[in-house]
Amino acid sequence: MIGNLDLVTLQQIWWIICSVVGALFLFLTFVQGGQTLLWQVAKGEIEKSLVINSLGRKWELTFTTLVLFGGALFAAFPKFYATSFGGAYWVWMLILFSFIVQAVSYEYRTKPGNVLGENVYEGFLFINGSVGILLIGVAVGTFFTGSNFTLNSMNQVSWTNELRGLEAAFSFFNLSLGLFLVFNARVLGAMYLVNNINFTETPELEVRLRKACLSSFLCSLPFLLYVLVALLVIDGYGFDENGVVSMVAFKYLGNLLAMPAVLGMLLVGVVLVVMGVLRTSLAAGTNGIWFGGLGTVLVGLAIFFTAAFNNTAFYPSKVDLQSSLSIYNASSSHYTLTVMTYVAFMIPFVLAYVIYVWRQMDSRKIDMKDLADDKAY
Amino acid sequence: MGEIDLSLVNWARAQFILTVMYHWIFVPITLGLSFLCAFFETMYVRTGKEEWKRLTKFWMTLFGINFAIGIATGIILEFQFGTNWSNYSWMVGDIFGAPLAIEGILAFFLEATFFAVMFFGWDRTSKGFHLFATWMVAIGSNLSALWILVANGWMQYPVGMAFNPDSARFEMQNFWEVLFSPIAIAKFTHTTSSSFVVGSLFVITISSYYLLKGRHVDMAKKSIIVASVFGLLASLFTAFTGDESAFNNARTQPMKLAAYEGLFEGARGADIVALGILTSGKRVGDGQEPFAFEISIPKGLSIMAKRELNGFVPGIKDLVYGNEAEGIMSVADKMVKGKAAIADFAAIREAGKAGDDQAKAAATERFKVNQDYLGFGYLDTPEEVVPPVATVYYSFHGMVYLGSFFILLLMLYLYFSYKETLEDKTWLLVIGFFSFFLALTASELGWVVAEVGRQPWAIQDLMPVKMATTDIAVGHVKTTFFMFFVLFGVLLLAEIKIMLRQIKIGPEEGV
Ligand code: HDD
Ligand code: HEM
Ligand code: HEM
Repeated sequence: MIGNLDLVTLQQIWWIICSVVGALFLFLTFVQGGQTLLWQVAKGEIEKSLVINSLGRKWELTFTTLVLFGGALFAAFPKFYATSFGGAYWVWMLILFSFIVQAVSYEYRTKPGNVLGENVYEGFLFINGSVGILLIGVAVGTFFTGSNFTLNSMNQVSWTNELRGLEAAFSFFNLSLGLFLVFNARVLGAMYLVNNINFTETPELEVRLRKACLSSFLCSLPFLLYVLVALLVIDGYGFDENGVVSMVAFKYLGNLLAMPAVLGMLLVGVVLVVMGVLRTSLAAGTNGIWFGGLGTVLVGLAIFFTAAFNNTAFYPSKVDLQSSLSIYNASSSHYTLTVMTYVAFMIPFVLAYVIYVWRQMDSRKIDMKDLADDKAY
Repeated sequence: MGEIDLSLVNWARAQFILTVMYHWIFVPITLGLSFLCAFFETMYVRTGKEEWKRLTKFWMTLFGINFAIGIATGIILEFQFGTNWSNYSWMVGDIFGAPLAIEGILAFFLEATFFAVMFFGWDRTSKGFHLFATWMVAIGSNLSALWILVANGWMQYPVGMAFNPDSARFEMQNFWEVLFSPIAIAKFTHTTSSSFVVGSLFVITISSYYLLKGRHVDMAKKSIIVASVFGLLASLFTAFTGDESAFNNARTQPMKLAAYEGLFEGARGADIVALGILTSGKRVGDGQEPFAFEISIPKGLSIMAKRELNGFVPGIKDLVYGNEAEGIMSVADKMVKGKAAIADFAAIREAGKAGDDQAKAAATERFKVNQDYLGFGYLDTPEEVVPPVATVYYSFHGMVYLGSFFILLLMLYLYFSYKETLEDKTWLLVIGFFSFFLALTASELGWVVAEVGRQPWAIQDLMPVKMATTDIAVGHVKTTFFMFFVLFGVLLLAEIKIMLRQIKIGPEEGV
């Protein structure tokens, strides 16, 4: 039955699936946000351990979602995978490094004989939460600002800037998007920790977390506003019915107006995040994370949809417009997308067991007792 | 495709070898130990005895230390196809990307989700659910092995796809052929069973150490029994699936088989070399005797490769220079066809651009005749198709000797455990103590056989490795190579020291 769908529909379905995975990843960066908050909110060993153990039960989900994001893009849009990873080499390599060091840090941080010492592993977590997320934002920013590549007749990529992708970090737009994601991760991190920890013995930790939620949100605002305003005024990379790419004035504003649902997601998303912040910082609520999380997912979806739908090239080339990638010229074949769509029917099932296990494990909040466990981080 | 920067290919390879062999230090331990943890915990749930729980928790601690670094190194591999092998990723992404994505959806989430329960759920979930979670981690890890090995198997034996001249890439035609390719199945069964051996010997090594030291004796003996039963069954299955792999190689990658058997001249009723030393500096066609010393089993190779006494097994010489009597085309002829395919392909693109449909159709027809030889068109000399024979030959023989040795070792462990005299057999415990390191060596050697043995191909007969790289200045690849090298060195050191410390601390003792 999926096989009867036409290629264009499948390509759109797969952009939506990749966007959902990407948006869920942005929500799950509460782990990274928590990592950068560590030094600020947790004073003393006990508080630190509470925070790390709370994050430590979730970090793998974030990590695995990132891996799946990469895998899904490879399977559905291999030309993007080949062009971006091979081309913007250093951005991806540095992101990788920041996740490699994260993966060992939880397990090794307090184990005896860990060679590097607790502080270094905490430093790794900080790097992952700051540099890692910043660069992911920069990479996403290039969906709008474009990159420096050309494709030859065999579709092989040549990068025309010797910085191999790092040049993207010198764009104010990309940098702002990256910094917004870093601060947004901190907002989410604070919300998650407020929700997940039992503070009866560490009341100050709670106070600091609630404060950090607000201050991180305030820090994120200028970058968010800049990104939004810029998005509404910049020229974008559109293509016509023959696939010819050209610069279109107010392209992304046009996209939002042409797709009111996406505009709605963006607005509702921002409102939800603000509500989450208010509930966490000004009221004594513990469920801010669900507002902030859902809000982040909606904002993420709006970003990805604006970048690729409505005849927009989602991975544009600044130096050779016609090399730009769209979901229609970068995708896998009809057959492969069909197979993958059948596989994607498993995603709701995966989500279901993730949620079930999450609820089982979090039915009781993290407290001092958990720190005494011999498996504690 | 322009000229090729050989130093770039070699650095990209070096980086791939470094990262993948490093990942493979931890992966087989995970694959084997996850099942052993599940067995141990099952014993606990069935008997309700606290000592089984302590034992389970001890092995799980070691599992966790190993698992973390396995994950850390895995993410590199997932992205490295894009960063270092982007031409490859584009050319075959339509087929190769799918298993990687499916692995993420079907396997990695199982591991990641239930790992948290396995570690932190002891008093947050019921006993039954916890056991279920442990089993899910074991099944999830081994499922991830399935998908990545399907991907790898496809490179060795590309099936279920066709070249699409319009998009200039290979496209999938039949998913089931890719999934159930005999090569993929042989790889999956051989790799997982051999990893069970590695995991079992990991337990044997540490338990033997305890017995030698006279510490945690009861726990060590219990662990040994479970590990040696599992290890012995897995070893036998490994030998069986390894033989199946060799039989497959004879059909699909005869050059690899010839290389690891050191067979230069093909023959009917070919002998198999059980023990031999290759003549150093031997090249195909130079007339030197292949072996400086050898002990062979008559007709052994024909039986293994063809399942018949007098089956013809082609040697390296036959495969390079052809053998008309046996119907084998020479590489020189294949190169001519490959070059024709490349020329026709260019003609298809030209005609397409010019909008000349007739010329395009004609060129496509011509292309189809020779497309199976496409990869040969990129070779410079026929001898290029010969992989490094000595490396492959010694690696293969090392793996097989070690595999046979493990069967013997595990039988002895079981026998003396049954007789309850294992503790007194110091000589055996000392050998057992080293067994894990041997198993890991065998496992890495296996990959050397499989991967070095398929050189120069990234995709058998279709794409040489040198055509697969990203267009990038070699300096970048060199820099990341050394970054990985240093980081890996430090993390490995940390891993080993933490592991040793935990082994020293040992399991919690009962009162
Ligand atoms: C036969 C098994 C096998 C093989 C050949 C490979 N791996 Fe692996 N991989 C595993 C078996 C495994 C595992 C047992 O499932 C790991 C090891 C430790 C772990 O946590 O999972 C893992 C972890 C792991 C992770 C982290 C998963 C997570 O987020 O939990 C990634 C992204 C990869 N691998 C990717 C790869 C790639 C791209 C490979 C190909 C070159 C590769 N692996 C070879
Ligand atoms: C984890 C176990 C693996 C090990 C230890 C391993 C080992 C190796 C080695 C030693 C080489 C180098 C051969 C040479 O250049 O002489 C190589 C090459 C390669 N392997 Fe594997 N391999 C493994 C799994 C895989 C898998 C699962 C895939 C694909 C899914 C894969 C894809 C490749 C590719 C693309 C190369 C090309 C680079 C090259 O030829 O140097 N490998 N591998
Ligand atoms: C006992 C006899 C054994 C035989 C006859 C055997 C045979 C083989 C063959 C023919 C290959 C190459 C497969 C290919 O390229 O497609 C292979 C690969 C491999 N072997 Fe073995 N092997 C044996 C034992 C072992 C042992 C004891 C281990 C490790 C503990 C091991 C681990 C591996 C691994 C990891 C690979 C690479 C994956 C693969 O290609 O399947 N093998 N083996």
